[in-house]
Amino acid sequence: MSLIEIKNLTLGYDKHIVLKNININIEENDFICIVGPNGSGKSTLVKGILGLIKPIKGKVIYNGLKQNFIGYMPQETKVDSNFPASVMEIVLSGTLNSLGFKSFYSKKEKDVAINNLKLLGIEKLKNKSFCDLSGGQRQKVLLARSLCATSKLLILDEPSNNLDSKSKKELYETIGELNRKNGITIIMITHDLDHNNLIGNKILSLREDDIFFGSVDDFIRRVHND
Amino acid sequence: MINEIIEMFSYSFMVRAFVVGLLISLCASLIGVSLVLRRDSMIGDGLSHVGFGAFAFASIFGFAPLEFSIPIVIIVSFLILRLNDNNKIHGDSMIALISAASLAIGTFAISVAGVNTDINNFLFGSVLAINQTDVIVSVILSIIVIVLYVFSYNKIFALTFDEKFAKSIGINTNLYNMIFASLCSIVVVLGMRLMGALLISSLIIFPTLSSMQILKKFKSVVISSTIISMLSFVVGLVISYLQATPTGATIVIVNLAVFILLKFVSYFIKNK
Repeated sequence: MSLIEIKNLTLGYDKHIVLKNININIEENDFICIVGPNGSGKSTLVKGILGLIKPIKGKVIYNGLKQNFIGYMPQETKVDSNFPASVMEIVLSGTLNSLGFKSFYSKKEKDVAINNLKLLGIEKLKNKSFCDLSGGQRQKVLLARSLCATSKLLILDEPSNNLDSKSKKELYETIGELNRKNGITIIMITHDLDHNNLIGNKILSLREDDIFFGSVDDFIRRVHND
Repeated sequence: MINEIIEMFSYSFMVRAFVVGLLISLCASLIGVSLVLRRDSMIGDGLSHVGFGAFAFASIFGFAPLEFSIPIVIIVSFLILRLNDNNKIHGDSMIALISAASLAIGTFAISVAGVNTDINNFLFGSVLAINQTDVIVSVILSIIVIVLYVFSYNKIFALTFDEKFAKSIGINTNLYNMIFASLCSIVVVLGMRLMGALLISSLIIFPTLSSMQILKKFKSVVISSTIISMLSFVVGLVISYLQATPTGATIVIVNLAVFILLKFVSYFIKNK
């Protein structure tokens, strides 16, 4: 059974339609890259899956996954560079969905946060302030926060934006490992993948009316035939 | 000086001002951290002007000022939230528009009605303006603000840091924004008696900005803001009593002094 079934999904803002009749199935353990030019609706689709915007038509069906237990990493979080927050405070906030009506974190949530920091190899940063971190470290902290919210699916919106090429490579490696070793399904919007440099097993390419969803190999064949 | 401070507390209006002021300082600094970090500092200022308008109408029609103004200001704060979401008019201009309009309507109404009200008290506050009922209302509402803040603290952090993420993990961001707007409105109206419409927003903004000069964790900024805010209030109140200076303005100046001091401290920490 697919983890997520997207059926006839039409999304947009007010009356302005951005995406029309999308039909895709996301299988467990997929690593899907969403590519396409600016304004093609990549972020809109992701917001639709997360339930941040309501569909105009169609629906998203979640199997064995609650909508608020998806780990989302928004694009370029508009965090003030002076925002006073420790890494631990930020990562812990990812566990709020399992807190329910409780107001305070217990040892369970703190353990989840620590484990995810360890998983990404940034445990030693836990008492550091977010504003003192490098770009690459910040992205890893936000990734750890998303991991606290989920054990199944991560949705990443251009996670490597504004990173230098070394940190970028490192981040992609980390994400790849989460997919391979930890069995986490990944949907990632990305800008900077050329055809020789694709990661993941599937590609969703959005280009106005031309929508492609399939394996990386098929995508490459298609691009070469064009 | 000790004798003079003891003498100060022999006046019941000073005791009332002390109790109300201390609670308001605490609440304002709590709310302030999120307002400043979400770049919504001007909302406090805007709401205080709406409060001025509401006070003016309360005095014209003889309504109880706090009980009349708080609901009005809460409603306007929801309106600002809604308009911010719709993005039809940019948030800043919307707040500027509402605050100028409220100030104008309030002043106009007072003059037309010919009520014998000292506008100065509304604008700059007065320790004499606080009566027994105000104390009771302030104490009850302050306790509500503090309890709600403490129990929503972790969610308030998530909302302040990253609203999109908070929404994605199922936090009812609209509800919490409305709770927050209500808390903000309550604090602004309660504080207006003492600080005045023009100065209350400084009680919201200064302690956070001061704390942020030297502290880099959310929790430490919140705690330090409350301490700075309450200390500045006490020092300001005492100075204003001893030197017969206007209370609201004196408290703001003490806050400003703390800010400048901590700015220097942070400068030396960075360059040491």
